[in-house]
Amino acid sequence: MVRWHKKAGAAVAALALAAALAACSDSGGKQEEQSSGGSGGNVADTPRMKVALITHSGPGDTFWDIVRRGAEAAAKKDNIELQYSADPDGAAQANLVQTAIDSKVDGIAVTLNKPDAVIPNVKKAIAAGIPVTVLNGGLDQWKSSGALGYFGQDERIAGQATGDKLKQLGAKKVICVIHEQGNVSLEARCQGIKDKFGSVENVNVNGTDQPGTQATLTSKLQADKTADYVVALNAGIALTAVQAAKDAGSSAKIGSFDMSKEMAKAVSDGTVQFAVDQQPYLQGYLAIDAIWLYKTNGDTIGGGEATLTGPAFIDKSNIAAVQKYAEAGTR
Amino acid sequence: MASTITSPVSADDRVSARSLGARLLSRPEIGSLVGAAVILVFFVIAAPPFRDINNTGTILYQAALIGVMAVPVSLLMIGGEFDLSAGVAVTTSGLTAGIFAYQFSLNVWVGMLVALALSLSIGAFNGWLLMRTGLPSFLVTLGTFFILQGLNIAVTRLTSGAVASNSIGDMDGFGAAKAVFASEFKLGGVTIKIIIVWWIVFVAIAAWVLLKTQIGNWIFAAGGDAAAARAVGVPVKKVKIGLFMAVGFFAWFAGMQLLFVQNGVVQSGEGVGKEFLYIIAAVVGGCLLTGGYGSVVGGAVGALIFGMVQLGVVYAGWNPDWFKAFLGAMLLLATIVNLVVKNKAEAR
Repeated sequence: MVRWHKKAGAAVAALALAAALAACSDSGGKQEEQSSGGSGGNVADTPRMKVALITHSGPGDTFWDIVRRGAEAAAKKDNIELQYSADPDGAAQANLVQTAIDSKVDGIAVTLNKPDAVIPNVKKAIAAGIPVTVLNGGLDQWKSSGALGYFGQDERIAGQATGDKLKQLGAKKVICVIHEQGNVSLEARCQGIKDKFGSVENVNVNGTDQPGTQATLTSKLQADKTADYVVALNAGIALTAVQAAKDAGSSAKIGSFDMSKEMAKAVSDGTVQFAVDQQPYLQGYLAIDAIWLYKTNGDTIGGGEATLTGPAFIDKSNIAAVQKYAEAGTR
Repeated sequence: MASTITSPVSADDRVSARSLGARLLSRPEIGSLVGAAVILVFFVIAAPPFRDINNTGTILYQAALIGVMAVPVSLLMIGGEFDLSAGVAVTTSGLTAGIFAYQFSLNVWVGMLVALALSLSIGAFNGWLLMRTGLPSFLVTLGTFFILQGLNIAVTRLTSGAVASNSIGDMDGFGAAKAVFASEFKLGGVTIKIIIVWWIVFVAIAAWVLLKTQIGNWIFAAGGDAAAARAVGVPVKKVKIGLFMAVGFFAWFAGMQLLFVQNGVVQSGEGVGKEFLYIIAAVVGGCLLTGGYGSVVGGAVGALIFGMVQLGVVYAGWNPDWFKAFLGAMLLLATIVNLVVKNKAEAR
């Protein structure tokens, strides 16, 4: 039995090797990848600082990856050591804030999408003399938490702008896809669309299960032939919706929130009509840079008001300007 | 009943005098079949689009997404074990194929072969460690679950610099592989995704192995009472390691489906929680959590019930806030019908 295993293993390895040698791909792959060299310029000569970025992201989420890149770019430029951590569970995220306080960081950038859980520890941090900035979520709560500033979009306003856009595009019946049931920001976007547009129906899908999402959206479009627009709230779901519309034989068009490499492609070739960009890179960048500016010069960005990073509409008319940044993973 | 090691072959001898109806009723999957029929009737009445024959393909697709993995998970459960790493193992396989082919600019099929080897080794590792240590499968596969979940994200970021694998959609071999794993065809106006066909084939093969071959007897015996099975010469260790490797093989298959249906991009965070859906399908289909009893067809019916309920709620157009509550209530309904029918059958 043992010998048989060894033989089989060797055979598989040999086969893989032989196939590998004979099977280089002529197109695609890393060999075709363009190196996108973007150097950040000079590094600040201010004292080295340690700043924590704490989000409510689940693991492996493209949107948060872009936020983190923005934060890293600012950290690099500002001579800051960035400590990134994340947990989608409110209590666990609050605990991460406590860990940052314990490790005596010089500043904390945090998302307040689960405000009730996280704000008590934000107040503790501020009481301990650690400046805090808020990004992405918590527009209504950041001021009362005592934070320095807020960098994100007003989800309701972004939704309303999308509602206006849909009216302009002549949509009649919209399906709004919520990929994380119970997430306040996502609910606010759909509500915003409803404010301005009216005929909106929400659908819940499980955002971490793409094939399942596709089947759910297909069935929705089969069930509702009057729907002529699907608005997805992130780029991955939008691309899944494109496939679902095709499967359902529906002529519904797709609009979306957020950008990604694949999304940029879809907008430029017209399979997705528009994307509402809240500029996650900017959110991460500003949240970190604001701490540096405050520590080194006493500045506050936004003058006591929220700094909105979106909504910026990206469609066929302006995709060319955005595409190369999306390819590089910063838009 | 849980510990019965009666093989189906000898069961046939015993019931040869009983009527066809009685024999049918004594099958483990009969309860779930009735449950599925109840759910079907319910949604045919409650959701008009559910009646449209053209939408059947969508429902079957949803069921097949769970059903393919429910095949080995049912077998494993009959063999007395379960695998918590099965959900992320699917993602691992898809990522491995995508990343390997992309990083070395190789033909897509090479990446797939590497992924297959890896998936089988993960299964073998689970089984080997389980048999070697005597730990419960909960602990061993929980460990693998976390390892794979972390590796999926860490290795993806290390190689692609992002949390999704680079697209292999324009690479050699992609089209052919997509045809095998993620194509579709029309059957009398109904769009059938190829994974549904594969699912049916897999269920048929696995059911045949379980009911008609010696290996099938061994699986029942190993899951019913491992010590007794060993005493009568069943190679329990080989059987269990083999079952985990079967999970590995199917995880590879499902991983390839994931890879090719998404134009060659896999998100590294996917798959968490799917392991429970596979186990749910097996249990709803009549497999016992304690092992030694159940059927592959039952697991398939369990997946079908789950798919019907999930999409039935959408077709019915009910308020999405209630989605999970409906889903839970329907699953309970299906399992209770399952239980009642089974008890009735056993009382005869």
